[in-house]
Amino acid sequence: MVGCEVGLDNTLSNEQHAQIQAHIQAHQHVPGGLMPLLHAIQDDIGYVPEVVYPEIAKALALSVAEVHGVVTFYHHFRTHPIGKHVLQICRAESCQSMGSEKLEAELKAKLGVDYHQTTADGSVTLLPVYCLGNCGCSPAVMLDDEVYGRMNTEKVTELIAEVCHG
Amino acid sequence: MVKVYVPIDSTALSLGAERTAKKIVQEAQTRGVNITLVRNGSRGLFWLEPLVEVETAQGRVAFGPVQPSDVLSLFEAGFTEALSDSAKAHPLYLGLTDDLAWLKKQQRLTFARVGITDPLSLEEYVAHDGYKGLKNALAMSGADIVKAVTDSGLRGRGGAAFPTGIKWNTVLNAPAEQKYVVCNADEGDSGTYSDRMIVEDDPFVLIEGMTIAGIAVGATQGYIYLRSEYPHALKTLNEAIRKANLAGYLGENIQGSGRTFYLEVRRAAGAYVCGEETSLLESLEGKRGLVRFKPPLPAIEGLFGKPTIVNNVISLATVPIILDKGAQYYADYGMGRSRGTLPIQLAGNLKQTGLVELAFGATLRELLYDFGGGSASGRPIRAVQVGGPLGAYLPESQFDTPLDYEEFSKIWAVLGHGGIVAFDESVDMAKMARYAFEFCAVESCGKCTPCRIGSTRGVEVMDKIVLGKNHPQNVQLLRDLSDTMLNGSLCALGGMTPYPVLSALNHFPEDFGLSNKEAAA
Ligand SMILES: NC(=O)c1ccc[n+]([C@@H]2O[C@H](COP(=O)([O-])OP(=O)(O)OC[C@H]3O[C@@H](n4cnc5c(N)ncnc54)[C@H](O)[C@@H]3O)[C@@H](O)[C@H]2O)c1
Ligand SMILES: Cc1cc2nc3c(=O)[nH]c(=O)nc-3n(C[C@H](O)[C@H](O)[C@H](O)COP(=O)(O)O)c2cc1C
Ligand code: SF4
Ligand code: FES
Ligand code: FES
Repeated sequence: MVGCEVGLDNTLSNEQHAQIQAHIQAHQHVPGGLMPLLHAIQDDIGYVPEVVYPEIAKALALSVAEVHGVVTFYHHFRTHPIGKHVLQICRAESCQSMGSEKLEAELKAKLGVDYHQTTADGSVTLLPVYCLGNCGCSPAVMLDDEVYGRMNTEKVTELIAEVCHG
Repeated sequence: MVKVYVPIDSTALSLGAERTAKKIVQEAQTRGVNITLVRNGSRGLFWLEPLVEVETAQGRVAFGPVQPSDVLSLFEAGFTEALSDSAKAHPLYLGLTDDLAWLKKQQRLTFARVGITDPLSLEEYVAHDGYKGLKNALAMSGADIVKAVTDSGLRGRGGAAFPTGIKWNTVLNAPAEQKYVVCNADEGDSGTYSDRMIVEDDPFVLIEGMTIAGIAVGATQGYIYLRSEYPHALKTLNEAIRKANLAGYLGENIQGSGRTFYLEVRRAAGAYVCGEETSLLESLEGKRGLVRFKPPLPAIEGLFGKPTIVNNVISLATVPIILDKGAQYYADYGMGRSRGTLPIQLAGNLKQTGLVELAFGATLRELLYDFGGGSASGRPIRAVQVGGPLGAYLPESQFDTPLDYEEFSKIWAVLGHGGIVAFDESVDMAKMARYAFEFCAVESCGKCTPCRIGSTRGVEVMDKIVLGKNHPQNVQLLRDLSDTMLNGSLCALGGMTPYPVLSALNHFPEDFGLSNKEAAA
């Protein structure tokens, strides 16, 4: 597998666009509504498409630059589609004390990607994370919305196989 | 119908509690054993998770760690009759939960219900002393509530240890039409998870604490800023808020008192600096999380420019017991100016990790060995980082330091949010120092130069030191750089990164390729 950041489709369907518009409407008058709006969009679409910045800006009385500034400030938000699954490896101290560096190196090699890249088949995007609050069971990883403790390369590989092939 | 408990806390889930629970239900059905499955919080003994408990006439009996593959043998042993000889003979039998030494030695005040109740059962919450604090508070004046919090000696558990009552008093006395209560649930510190446990395992205690805060200072709107890395916590919290609203514990006319308090969860987005209170407020306002200059303090000009209480989850979740049992009851625990208890989180390379709530004053050594059981790897513990990524590294010679804010600052260390991360002798402290700079560079908000530039320079200097280039000059550069960051940073991200760096250098000079003498020079 070779790492890739391209090749994932980032054209919005009409349906996706309609979803986004509904979210914009719902958050237009919420105090400090930009963050919840960006979350809602990313939850649905998987990322925050740059093409909708002007619509967001207009509805929330911001400049496009301000919207861009907020999206890019936060590690959680992304502006491009990613793999079907997200694997986050904890890089923080507690996990380091239990061998996360080895885990990280082995998984990068196994998946053929570095951090912020997606496997060639588009199945997994690898991200670093700084603590998952599972430090009592280091090293920890998060696969999509589930956290896993006391991990090693074999166990993580199994987990990936499970989510991908059922 | 016997009650069987399987935790729903993230850490238990991360070790397979969901599959264990499913297997138990399945097996019970197959065998026609009548059980009620309760999903409780975690008792905080993580080396025993998934910890399964069975209700008996003498109290709850524990088995653990229970993997799905153990379930069959548990049923074979008749574990649902947990006092039977065959259950007792099972290798995973641990005895009465309340008799477990780990729990017996603790003083659980803030965590009184954690692991015992179903986190989303309001009935159980109330049955276990929940909402007694609010009931008392509703009969008191705002000033009296604030006074109780002040008298309890409670200090900010987010890490800065500022007296909570004094902060509330500032908000109380700030005249304004609208005030806010903001809960800092960003819990960015590595090695910590007590906020997560409260939110997942006893969410109503946080809701109650925030409601009391609102009533005390006259704030009608609360926000909980919850880190995005905690999806389970988010679900639990939203459900708990929904239930509290339905039962008249939130919203208008709380319990017929005529008082109003609305509460809403807002998700963070993975920026460590947004745990800093002013950065957090910017984020809540929908902006980039740039740190604000203080003053003005948030207590005077906070969210949307209005007087705002910003408190950590643990600070707020401790308020109900103070209002229930009285300020003196809480203040009677602790030592010196550190009153009450601290929920300590044991992490890293330890045999036994988990949540230990103790009165201030226990030593690090007791925690690492009596509770922690020494290192997981079996090799000697060489260094311990206390208080998150901005906390100092402590060598063995400092393990007898009592957990007390002032005692820690005397040795140039911090207690912070109570996280303790142990490293065995395989740790390379120069690498940890480099990592501290790297982390600061990744997370810097970029507002001030010492932090934004200094952190990247720090990584470079560390790389040179590790390669053994121009040693004395580069170590001097490291010290100068740390000095600049310590004194010139706007917030504690840049300002405290020198703690892990210099403590590593001073206590473990050999890892930097230096003799003790060279390091001191
Ligand atoms: N829990 C975590 O995950 C985490 C992460 C990073 C840092 N920290 C901790 O954060 C600490 C630094 O926090 P900080 O920069 O907010 O500290 P700070 O000392 O500036 O402020 C502490 C609190 O007291 C309030 N305060 C100060 N003076 C006041 C007054 N006169 N009246 C009313 N309120 C007043 C502040 O507004 C703030 O809420 C560090 O010590 C570190 O341990 C915690
Ligand atoms: C970089 C940085 C990150 C912080 N992160 C957190 C955090 O995640 N949680 C927290 O409660 N306090 C955090 N703090 C401390 C807050 O600024 C503030 O002191 C705290 O929320 C006040 O609540 P307390 O008085 O109840 O502790 C952080 C501070 C800094 C400088
Ligand atoms: S010290 Fe760092 S994080 Fe804090 S204000 Fe300065 S640049 Fe921002
Ligand atoms: S340090 Fe890895 S989960 Fe906290
Ligand atoms: S790649 Fe995960 S479902 Fe196919």
